[in-house]
Amino acid sequence: MSLQKKRFRYLGESLIEVNIKVTATLAIIAVFLIFLFILRESLPIFFSREVMQEITFGKFFNGIEWQPVSDKPRFSLWPIILGSLKVTLIALVFAVPAAIGAALYSSEFAGRRLKEFIKPVVELLAGIPSVVLGFFALIIMASFLKNIFGWTYRLNAINAGIALGFAVIPAIYSLAEDAINAVPRSFREAALGLGATPWQTAVKVVLPAALPGVSAAALFGMGRAVGETMVVLMAAGNAPLFSFNPLESTRTMTATIAAELGEVVFGSGHYHALFFIGLVLFLATFIINLISWSLFQGLMARMYGKGK
Amino acid sequence: MTKKIIITAALALVAIMAGLSLAGRGITLKGSDTLLLLGQRWAEIYMQKNPGAVIQVTGGGSGVGIAALINGSTDVCQASRSMKDSEKQKLRDRYFSLGYEIPVAKDGVTLYLNEKNPITELTINQIKDIYTGNTTNWSQLGGPDAKIIVYGRENSSGTYVFFREAAMKNADYTSSMQSLPGTAAVVNAVSKDVYGIGYGGAAYAKGVKELAIKTAKGSFKPTTETVKSGQYPLARNLYWYLRGKPSGEIKKLVDWVLSPEGQEIVKKVGYFTIK
Repeated sequence: MSLQKKRFRYLGESLIEVNIKVTATLAIIAVFLIFLFILRESLPIFFSREVMQEITFGKFFNGIEWQPVSDKPRFSLWPIILGSLKVTLIALVFAVPAAIGAALYSSEFAGRRLKEFIKPVVELLAGIPSVVLGFFALIIMASFLKNIFGWTYRLNAINAGIALGFAVIPAIYSLAEDAINAVPRSFREAALGLGATPWQTAVKVVLPAALPGVSAAALFGMGRAVGETMVVLMAAGNAPLFSFNPLESTRTMTATIAAELGEVVFGSGHYHALFFIGLVLFLATFIINLISWSLFQGLMARMYGKGK
Repeated sequence: MTKKIIITAALALVAIMAGLSLAGRGITLKGSDTLLLLGQRWAEIYMQKNPGAVIQVTGGGSGVGIAALINGSTDVCQASRSMKDSEKQKLRDRYFSLGYEIPVAKDGVTLYLNEKNPITELTINQIKDIYTGNTTNWSQLGGPDAKIIVYGRENSSGTYVFFREAAMKNADYTSSMQSLPGTAAVVNAVSKDVYGIGYGGAAYAKGVKELAIKTAKGSFKPTTETVKSGQYPLARNLYWYLRGKPSGEIKKLVDWVLSPEGQEIVKKVGYFTIK
């Protein structure tokens, strides 16, 4: 009887295990298929004779104009790559200090109760739909900033960057907090024992020790910022200008895809060009996330001596 | 307590599913954002008058609507521009039909200015120069010394394409034009930007000033007379496209829309009647 029960239990467990394996594999296969699809849709730029009359690989990097609906369409990626970088950089300048500061505070200085309040609240920020953030930036924040600073353009890279910063703060905070918490207690005890103040301990001992993880968090936030669409579509003004000036309107790669894919004639050069932008974005975020992941693994190995 | 919640949830689910299946039997209109307002008003009143009729209206842009017509995911495409040859070709490949075009209303593409802007009229060429980026300061047009903030629509918009043809003679928009998602967003931006200029359907011009267009025969704002007579240079037809000749429920709707009653709604929404 008991043997039968055991056998039954074993069977049940292995069924669950198989189930989990299948689900996990499906997830990986799905991502892989998405990648293949984007790749397939952008390949005609390299091989299809018909498409290559309209657009070739070289055209993406020739000139500085993105003007796909025109008698002489121009497909230069430079203005929108620059746009993405500009907005991302501004978002990080705004979000990284805020998020890491909050992480350091909640793990090193805040009392237990406060800490249990801050963490869920910041993580709740992640639940704000980006379209809401974008709408807020478009209607309210843009006018507010313009009235204070007297900028020429209401919708500009700084406006979008700040809104985007709000969107990535929770992600950076969450990872940075984990990294700081992973620093062993003994580090802090040793520093305090040698007479360092809590502030010195936090900034000169804990933060440097957690630095690989904190950088990983910042990079992870960068990956999120590059891929975020709705906020920049609404708040950046979407002018494909090749300009380093953060006070001018700008257009990102994601916003370009979102705004133009709805209309584009299926199978045209413009259509494949949009998929090529998707491919560039995919690879960019993939590489950023890979670096971030390996940094985090490095930190864990250093703190706990695993994996070596 | 838990039981109650479960029952309520189950009931809600059934209601949603019933709603979905009901919606599946209705007529769908999809396309131009310019026509969205009008399409919704038509649908509301038509449904009031014909209990049992279900009409769903969505926007997205003329191009989106035409794509949906080709894919078979909408019955009626609302478009603020006529179909391109490449689109007709696709429709023919799939349905052996060039589509069925019904002009349902007229619109004057209006240029919006901020109410504080002293400029009241411009020629088509001056407008073209603003949108191609040749004119960048209001002082070049007799206004204050301030940069012109140029607003427009995304290139998925029928208005974008129409304006480029009718006002700019197919020249390219300046790269510094800020393209906004939707006419309402353009109006909102111009109403907040003293030195902004934007364009869109006449019905949306609330809280902004309509620019008069100066021609050899005088200066015209988009009104019923000037649009019908063609004196206003930026007038256009708004269309419904079908895959084939209208029949059954759809024919009833089309006939009503073109009837005096349907056209009365066109006026109320702020567009111009077709006849």
